[in-house]
Amino acid sequence: MKIQRHGAVLGLVAASALLLGACGSDNNAPTGGNNTASNAASVPVECGGKTKLNAEGSSAQKNAVDAFVQAYQAACPGVDLAYNPSGSGAGVKNFNAGQVDFGGSDSALKEGAETEAAAKRCQTNPAWNLPLVFGPVAVGYKVSGVDSLVLDAKTTAAIFSGTVKKWNDPAIKALNGSATLPDKDIAVIYRSDESGTTDNFQKYLKVAGGWTKGDGKQFKGGVGEGKEKSAGVAQAVGSIDGAITYVEWSFAQDNKLSVAKIDSGAGAVELTAESAGKAIDGAKIKGQGNDLVLDLDSIYGSKAAGSYPLLLATYEIVCSKGYDADTAKAVKAFLTVAATTGQAQLADAGYVPLPKAFQDKLLAAVKAIA
Amino acid sequence: MNDPVVAKRPARPGDTGAERGVAAAPHASEAPIPPTPEAPVTTKAPHVRPGDRIFRGLATGSGVFIVVLIGAIGLFLILQAIPSLGLDNVNFLTSREWNTTDPTNLRFGILDLTLVTVVVALVALLIAMPIALGIALFLTQYAPRNLARPFAYVIDLLAAVPSIVFGLWGLFVLGPVLFPLSEWLIGNLGWIPIFAKGNVNVQLGGTIFTAGIVVAVMILPIITAVSREVFERTPTMHVEGAIALGATKWEVVRTTVLPFGKAGYVSASMLGLGRALGETIAVAIILSTATASFGWSLFDGGSTFASKIALAAPEFNDARSAGAYIAAGLVLFVLTFVVNAIARSIVAGHKEYE
Repeated sequence: MKIQRHGAVLGLVAASALLLGACGSDNNAPTGGNNTASNAASVPVECGGKTKLNAEGSSAQKNAVDAFVQAYQAACPGVDLAYNPSGSGAGVKNFNAGQVDFGGSDSALKEGAETEAAAKRCQTNPAWNLPLVFGPVAVGYKVSGVDSLVLDAKTTAAIFSGTVKKWNDPAIKALNGSATLPDKDIAVIYRSDESGTTDNFQKYLKVAGGWTKGDGKQFKGGVGEGKEKSAGVAQAVGSIDGAITYVEWSFAQDNKLSVAKIDSGAGAVELTAESAGKAIDGAKIKGQGNDLVLDLDSIYGSKAAGSYPLLLATYEIVCSKGYDADTAKAVKAFLTVAATTGQAQLADAGYVPLPKAFQDKLLAAVKAIA
Repeated sequence: MNDPVVAKRPARPGDTGAERGVAAAPHASEAPIPPTPEAPVTTKAPHVRPGDRIFRGLATGSGVFIVVLIGAIGLFLILQAIPSLGLDNVNFLTSREWNTTDPTNLRFGILDLTLVTVVVALVALLIAMPIALGIALFLTQYAPRNLARPFAYVIDLLAAVPSIVFGLWGLFVLGPVLFPLSEWLIGNLGWIPIFAKGNVNVQLGGTIFTAGIVVAVMILPIITAVSREVFERTPTMHVEGAIALGATKWEVVRTTVLPFGKAGYVSASMLGLGRALGETIAVAIILSTATASFGWSLFDGGSTFASKIALAAPEFNDARSAGAYIAAGLVLFVLTFVVNAIARSIVAGHKEYE
C-alpha cells in the first residue's frame, strides 16, 4: 500500500517534470556577426606551468573568457581556467588579496589604495592593466517602420535624460532627413542592476554628448524604467514599440533589435566589427610602458570617419613580476592564446577582435611578464 | 497492556488455564511479563540516563545556537551599516533618493523601498490568503482521503520551484497576459489612486501588480501547508457534535474548523508575509526599477529592499557604498522581526482555541 502511494507520487513528479521540460525554448541557435579573426598564426605558445588557473571579475567579459578557455585548452591539452564572473569590484579585491591568479575588471586599477594593494600582492612589483576584451555597446531600439536610425552623442544624451521625449522630435529628425518618424513617446529602458555597461555609456555621453547627469554604475538619466541585466533590457525593448536602450551588441542581435548608427561628426557609422576595431586602433594609452591603461576619452571623443566610439573596454589585471614560476608560465600561456587564437571566436560572442597593432602591444606586454 | 493489570494476574490464586479449560500456554507466556526486576528501580530517586543528558544538551544547544545566530546577523548588519549611516547626506528614513555611486557623497533613504516592499507583500498576501484557506479547507474537509494526499504533495511541490523560475515566468508569461487587465483597470478605475497610471510602462508588466501576483503564488504553499495541518487537528468531537446538531458541511466548517484553526491560519499567513517581504530574485527580475518615485499605484515600478540589494550586490567595491545597502537590509530584518512579533502576539491572543 505504502509502496503504491509512493509510486503514485513519483509518477506525478515525473509527469510534471516532463511537462515543465516541454516548455523550454528551442531557439538557442547562436546569432552573430561574421568571423573577422585577426591573424592567429606565428605566435608560439609556451604551454606548461600550473594546470588550473583561477580568475575572477567583470561579468562583461565572461563569454569572451569562455571562448579563450576553449582556445587555451585546444592549444595546451590538460589545462583549465576557472573564471568567476562576480563583478569587477570582487575581481580587483580578490586579485589584490592573492585569491586569484588574475582579475578581470571594467576599469583599470585606481591610483592609490588599489595600486598599492596590487603591488603588495605582486611582491612589490607593479600590476599591469591589460585591455584584452572589447565589447561594443549598441544603442538598440524598436520603432515600427524605422529600420535605420542615426543618432549623435548629443541627441542620445538628450533622449536618455528625458529632454527629447518623442520619436519625431526635431533633433532626431535633423539627423534622419528622409526617414518618417512616428509621433510616439520614447520609452527609455536602462539597466536596473549596477553595471559597467551603464558606466561606460554615461562616460561616453559625458565626453561626446555633453551629459551632465554624472557617471557610475547606476543609471543617472532620471527617465524611463530599469530592467535587470542585459537580457532584461534587450527583452523589454523588443516587446514595446518606441523603446530604446543601450546594451551589449550580442544581446541586441539576439533580440533582433535595430541598432542606431552613430554620427560623431564624420558621417553615420554602423556598428560592425571593423568600425569598432577602428576605434580600438585609434585609442591612446595613458599607462606607463606595458601597463596598457587606455585613455577612454580618446575612444569616446574620436571623430575619425568610420570608427564606432561606444565601446566597453575590460582589463585583465596581472602582476608584472612576482608570480611563482609555474603560475607565471600558465598565465602567460593563457594570455598569449587569448590575444591570438582566442580572438577567432570573439565576434560570434558579440565582442570585437583586437586589431593587429593593438594585438602586438598586448603580446609584448604578456611576454614581459616574469 | 497496563502493567498493574498484568502484574495482578499471576498473583491471583488458582487462575490457571487448566481450571477454565483453556490451554495454559498463553498464561505461561504472560507470566514473565511483569517487570519484577524493574519494579524496585522506579521507587528510587529518578535516574538520569546518558541518552537524556545528550538529548537535552543537543536540544538546548540548538535553541541557543539559533538565538546566537540571529543575534550575530543583527550585530553584523548594525556594525556594517553604522559607518555608512553616519555618512548619509539625506534622511535615511524619509528620503526617496538612492545614490551611492560616490562614496564621499552618499545619499540614500529607504522610504520608497519600504513602501514598495510592503505593498508588494500586501498584494501577495491579499491574493494568497483566501486561496490558501480554500485549498486547506478543501484538502481537510471536502476532498476524498485518497485524493487529499497526492494533492497536498503537489502543493508542496510548488514550494520547491526555484524563485528564478517564478521570476522568468512572471517576466515572460504573466506580464504580457496581465497587460489587457492592467490597461482596463487603469482606463476604468484609474481615478482610484491604487489603479492610477504608474511610473513604468504597463505593457512591459514590470509592475507591483505583476510582482505581487507572482509572490502570491510563491507563498501559497507555505500558508496552505501550515493551515492544512492545523485544520486537520480539529477535534473530531467538535465536528461530530456539530453534525449531530444538524449542521451542514459549511456550518461545520464555520462553527468548528475555522474557530479552532484561526490562530494557526493567521500564523501561517504571517510566515508567508515574512517570505513575501524577503523575496529577492523573482522580484528583481520582474519589477522594473523606476526613476520617478512611488506614487501609491499598483502599476508603479520600484525596488523592494531585497531586490535593491540583489541588483547592486555583484558590483560592491566600496565598503561605504555597500554599507548603505546593508543598512537597507537591516531595516528589512527589523521589519520581518516586527511582522513575526505581531504574528506571535495574534497566536498568543487566541490560546483558548488550542
